[in-house]
Amino acid sequence: MHGSWLNAMNNLVALLRKEFTLELRRKSVISGIGLYLFSLVFICYLTFNLRQNVISPATWSALFWLVILFSAVNTVAKSFIGEKPGSLMYLYMVASAQEIILTRIIYNFILCLLLGLLGYGLFTLFVDNPVADTSVFMAGLVLTCLGFSASLSLISGIASKARNSNVLMAVLSFPVLIGILLMAIRITKNALDGLEAAASRDEMLNLVGINVISGALSYLLFPYIWRS
Amino acid sequence: MKLWMKVAAVVLLVYVHTAGLLWDVPRLDILNESIRAVYFHVPMWFGMILLYCLSVYYAVRYLRNPLEEYDIRSVEFAHVGTAFGILGLLTGMLWARYTWGAYWHGDPKQTGSAISLLVYLAYFVLRASLENQEQRGRLSAVYNLFAFAAMIPLIWIIPRLQSSLHPGSGGNPGFRAYDEDMDASMRRVFYPAVIAWFLVGYWISTLRIKIRKLQLIHINS
Repeated sequence: MHGSWLNAMNNLVALLRKEFTLELRRKSVISGIGLYLFSLVFICYLTFNLRQNVISPATWSALFWLVILFSAVNTVAKSFIGEKPGSLMYLYMVASAQEIILTRIIYNFILCLLLGLLGYGLFTLFVDNPVADTSVFMAGLVLTCLGFSASLSLISGIASKARNSNVLMAVLSFPVLIGILLMAIRITKNALDGLEAAASRDEMLNLVGINVISGALSYLLFPYIWRS
Repeated sequence: MKLWMKVAAVVLLVYVHTAGLLWDVPRLDILNESIRAVYFHVPMWFGMILLYCLSVYYAVRYLRNPLEEYDIRSVEFAHVGTAFGILGLLTGMLWARYTWGAYWHGDPKQTGSAISLLVYLAYFVLRASLENQEQRGRLSAVYNLFAFAAMIPLIWIIPRLQSSLHPGSGGNPGFRAYDEDMDASMRRVFYPAVIAWFLVGYWISTLRIKIRKLQLIHINS
């Protein structure tokens, strides 16, 4: 029993390492995502004419989360969409469905978090940094990224099987993500206003709850998608 | 569906429409006569949730044992549930026009219900874009379950966090607020209304399921 658990851990680590090596090898994908994020932030900067105008904290948090949402959906979408049939077949033979979804969730979580931090940096540079309580903001960011990756990994698996995967990815994921997004915006609003951490506790707990539900469901349901 | 259920649905609906439109209702500020919406608007949401629950139930059964019949049941309950949801939204908007002054008020309850409808519309789009019957059944069952779990926090948690003008939340007069000091006359119409509308929804679903099964036999023969 102990041995098998250890074995599963080893498999997980090996799969994670494979994801990262592959990702680093395909430089065009990483730079593509980075450029996507940069363009989004730059468009916000230009369209809101931020050299002359100042935006309110509420608008800041809405803009920030929209940018993160769009880049996260696009990034995680490619975790199953556009994967070569050969490599999926290979994965199918070497690993169990549970291991694959777990590694994808962890990997996408790290990717989303990096996107979030990069986006935060770009917003600080171009727009403004009105965050008064950084620790609350960061905690919210981590929890939100976890929720995004848990839901989006599964939905990417569903969408990859259909004809118009990219449109479907957005259609299927947006309604599911709205709950997470609303919580994130509320936490960010509190962090911008510098309210004490206790004020955001309910939202944090809700986010944890949503994350647990979506993570558990992804873990349980993914084998049904993977079978075909 | 048993005959007595159909008879019960018709009898109860006749009763609900007569009593709901003619009997006295408590006089409350702002709400006035529009309180009668309780008999026609709220049962739509009860019906939608119950029908979606049935849809999820058959999605789970399909995943455990992929029979096409479960898939048909799941999607037809979702169809009728969505129809109930749209009616609930429309009746709610009509009510909001006279009580809040605008069809769309941006109230958390309105947002939550619009989102839950979006989830099931996305479910139908997903089904339409999958060609293989077996794959369509399996993937849409997975999405059905997943989206239903994601919808629950929207409908039940978020409206409770935000201030809402909707009766029953905050300090607004709602159903719960007056059913203790007023007599139980409203409950005598409301509970039959919920049962009757759900029975009608279930009836429509079973008819649609029958039609789909007949079509299936026709195609296979």
